[in-house]
Amino acid sequence: MKKFKKVISSLMASALVVSMLAGCTDAASTETTDAQAQPAQEASSSSDNGATFKIGAIGPLTGGAAAYGNAVCNAAELAVEDINAAGGINGYQVEYNKEDDELNAEKSVNAYNTLKDWGMQILVGSTTSACSIAVSEYTKADNMFQLTPSGSAEECVTYDNVFRVCFSDPNQGIASAQYIADHNLATKIGIIYDSSDVYSNGIYQKFAEEAKNKNLEIVSAEAFTQDNNTDFSVQLQKAKDAGADLVFLPIYYKDASLILTQANTMGYAPTFFGVDGMDGILTVENFDTKLAEGVMLLTPFAADATDDLTVNFVKKYEEKYGETPNQFAADAYDAVFIIKQAIEAKGATPDMSTADLCEALKTAMTEIEAAGLTSSKMTWDASGEPNKEPKAVVIKDGAYVSAE
Amino acid sequence: MSFLTYLINGLSLGSIYAIIALGYTMVYGIAKMLNFAHGDFIMVGCYIIFSVSAALSGNSLVGIVIAVVLCTLLGITTEFIAYRPLRGAASPLAVLITAIGVSYLLENVALLIFGADIKSFTSVIKWEGLSFAGGELKIQGVTVITILVSLVILIALQLFINKTKQGQAMLAVAEDKGAATLMGINVNKTIMLTFAIGSALAAIAGALLCSAYPSLSPYTGAMPGIKAFVAAVLGGIGSVPGAMIGGLVLGIVEILSKTYISSQLSDAIVFGILVVVLLVKPTGILGKVIQEKV
Repeated sequence: MKKFKKVISSLMASALVVSMLAGCTDAASTETTDAQAQPAQEASSSSDNGATFKIGAIGPLTGGAAAYGNAVCNAAELAVEDINAAGGINGYQVEYNKEDDELNAEKSVNAYNTLKDWGMQILVGSTTSACSIAVSEYTKADNMFQLTPSGSAEECVTYDNVFRVCFSDPNQGIASAQYIADHNLATKIGIIYDSSDVYSNGIYQKFAEEAKNKNLEIVSAEAFTQDNNTDFSVQLQKAKDAGADLVFLPIYYKDASLILTQANTMGYAPTFFGVDGMDGILTVENFDTKLAEGVMLLTPFAADATDDLTVNFVKKYEEKYGETPNQFAADAYDAVFIIKQAIEAKGATPDMSTADLCEALKTAMTEIEAAGLTSSKMTWDASGEPNKEPKAVVIKDGAYVSAE
Repeated sequence: MSFLTYLINGLSLGSIYAIIALGYTMVYGIAKMLNFAHGDFIMVGCYIIFSVSAALSGNSLVGIVIAVVLCTLLGITTEFIAYRPLRGAASPLAVLITAIGVSYLLENVALLIFGADIKSFTSVIKWEGLSFAGGELKIQGVTVITILVSLVILIALQLFINKTKQGQAMLAVAEDKGAATLMGINVNKTIMLTFAIGSALAAIAGALLCSAYPSLSPYTGAMPGIKAFVAAVLGGIGSVPGAMIGGLVLGIVEILSKTYISSQLSDAIVFGILVVVLLVKPTGILGKVIQEKV
């Protein structure tokens, strides 16, 4: 039960980080006539009235989940700087502001209101699921466009004005099955999941469905609960006896670290494949990282990738913030550029009202095809869920390396 | 062959329950109180070993000694501050509730000091274990050691209780506190000694628990503690050999029901056993029927 709470809180943390990036343009009234819009555009191109797009971000900048919130807010800031340096969006510069929500849903709403007072037109955030969900009630009421980089709970995109960059929790199951099938990682798959956890259960269900479509054979699917998570010998033995050459672990790294230890003790060495909950396995204090060697996990971003976009991003981020960017940073950086692309697709201007801008972006999101750090091809449907190629990393010498 | 593997897995889980149940049943048998904080004494022991080993770059033996000493002190202190003043309370529930309070207190203090993040515990047992049938069947070193340590503790406790003056005093206190006082036995001192031994056993159980399942968090002791309580009841609470048998039976039942019935239902089965035992034979496998004298 207590562990469950911890899990929930870390989920909330990640959700918060996500919602920070969307901002809505707070320009002149939406019902602007052509006549009004025309002068505005002229004015801005001559930089007379200095109209700007105002993008805000929300995330936990302090407290236990600060790593997520700072990653999102830093990367969004970096993206805005890059855009401004390259001439802005449609010729308009972008202003950026961020607010701390301390991983607390009420504070996230306060942060949203503060940003709105500042004049935010588009919100990138919140970073974590629970905060993102709380804020989406308000963006819906205000009809402000919200793009959460990392809010992965299904409910984050309940409303039509909210989109996300990352996969939803259950969709990680689909993405994992696709990845395993596309890369011929295994033919016989064992699964160990936490039946007392919504996150783990959801991913497992979707994975099982998709595995069937992809002709992957699931030879054992064994559950455990948060009250019975010390001994995994039976689950591992069953997978071993069934001849599983890959064990899918849609669980958090805490339980995974015990599973890896026990598999090692019994001399069972399949490929272990995890999802974002596995991220953190290398940070367990005193954990022998050799045990995690060869573990794969589904993640949209690996800082060591060699494509120009990633190399540039990592270099700039490290120079400016002194640390290697993680997947939250990559999601947030992409989020700002996705907003740019959507604005450009509709030729939107800062003088549009927040609601008009939101309507324009909602349509634009379903039409654009974005390329970024987390995928070379992302599309969205009206539900707000992204459609993109899954990526994975493998742990090698105690570090994440692109699996490609 | 695979049945044997599962049986051995059950044995290794059961041996852990057994060694925890020894401490439980010892305290219950003498002091007639359920120390629900026993599982958390185990957790404290694990953290002490972990911290000392880290400070002394991996010297776990010193860690175990220090953990035994500190856990003993913790047991004595807890008994003195939290349990002793309530011993005369009108309802035996008071001390039971206090024990639950102590349990949460310890967990939350650990949470405050060490944080919620799990730590990976380095096994104090370096021995790989026994291997049969060309490596097909493996008994882990920690399992063998746990069973041996349990047996040693079992024999030592039996000898201590039956052969020494202090042990006899414990039996007398267990039988009738009032009469024991009249016989010149210092009841408070005797119960304090019981707690000291029980808590020292908790530290040893912690070392073995975390060696078998090397993930340390403030809640490490909670669930194994409760399962060990079931084991103690199954074996006959208050009976030292009963705790050993109860623990082994429980571990084997848990693993086999996970294997052949359902991995999700195993806890339901384990606690179902508790209900059945209480209905059919409330005194457990080796428990004595105590006749109420009028």
